[in-house]
Amino acid sequence: MTDGWTVMTIFGLAIVTVITRSFFFISSKPWTLPAWAQRGLHYAPIAALSAVIIPEIVMTQGQLIATWQDARLFAALAGVGWFFWRRGVLGTIIAGMAVYLPLHIGLGW
Amino acid sequence: MTAALLLHPEFRQGVRDMAPVAAGTAAWGLMTGVAMVKSGMSLFEAVLMGVIVFAGSSQLAATPLILASAPMWVILATAFCVNLRFAVFSAHLRPYFMHQPLWRRLVSGYFTADLTYVMFTHRHPLPVSPDDIASLRAQEAYLAGNCVMGWFSWVGASLLGIALANAIPMHWGLGFAGILALLGILCSLASSRLRVVSAGVAGAAAVAAFALPLKLNILVAIAAAVAVCLVLEKPGMPPPKAGSAA
Repeated sequence: MTDGWTVMTIFGLAIVTVITRSFFFISSKPWTLPAWAQRGLHYAPIAALSAVIIPEIVMTQGQLIATWQDARLFAALAGVGWFFWRRGVLGTIIAGMAVYLPLHIGLGW
Repeated sequence: MTAALLLHPEFRQGVRDMAPVAAGTAAWGLMTGVAMVKSGMSLFEAVLMGVIVFAGSSQLAATPLILASAPMWVILATAFCVNLRFAVFSAHLRPYFMHQPLWRRLVSGYFTADLTYVMFTHRHPLPVSPDDIASLRAQEAYLAGNCVMGWFSWVGASLLGIALANAIPMHWGLGFAGILALLGILCSLASSRLRVVSAGVAGAAAVAAFALPLKLNILVAIAAAVAVCLVLEKPGMPPPKAGSAA
């Protein structure tokens, strides 16, 4: 069921990945960002992470969740708790999933 | 030159920084692979997408459009908008990469996904002058190590997900491990009060603007967080030292 149109679209998507990720360094014309913008970009990495993560923890199908009985909340707390107790991202993942899976699969939260 | 890059100690550092996180992103890649197959793509299409597109959010956005036979430009424009945060990252990375020839910049850009961007700018908070060859090599080696680890774990997991699509139920929610991995990195970046403010503002804005199409809420959130932090900075403060703590 593979068709040529879909394959071309997938190659197109790969090109979109290259263009968006390289957007501001494709052209080699010299220019520099104003100093305030360069300073501001130092806050961008943590902002981007937070913007990706928070909706995935507190929203369901586009709505803010209205219950505390959601496995994701407890898993996120466990993960953050682990991080500031022991450091280490792997432990954060394991602690979070150890809370998430029983609540989610077991209790259906 | 490639061998020199692989043998550089910073290459191993890049691998080492990405390795623990790879467990989480692999779970995410796994579920992306499952989702591609379950949505009805052919095996060849799913494998091709899993290997060459290398951008989870645009893959998930494009898959239903492909299956609905949407016009190609609509699919590509959607993926472009979903990926717009990478354009912001590229503005930040520009001074690090401009000494390279165009093809090399495009390769660097292609492989620099969210986490590599975060880790690279954390490890190397400032670009170096093009004359400082030793530091340039260290940065290139770190980036390469980080990308190699990230690419293999993501693509390997996607392929595994494609292979096991019918054995892994979506409702288990294994993909949440990816969110926890990002959460761990978020905590490790929260090394100054303004950074915590940035995370808080961005999280709230991303939820408030969630109704925007094409994941543009993420772009709005980054802009809001950066603007608030710039306003809160004391005038005349030196640039924040990224990576000084944690």
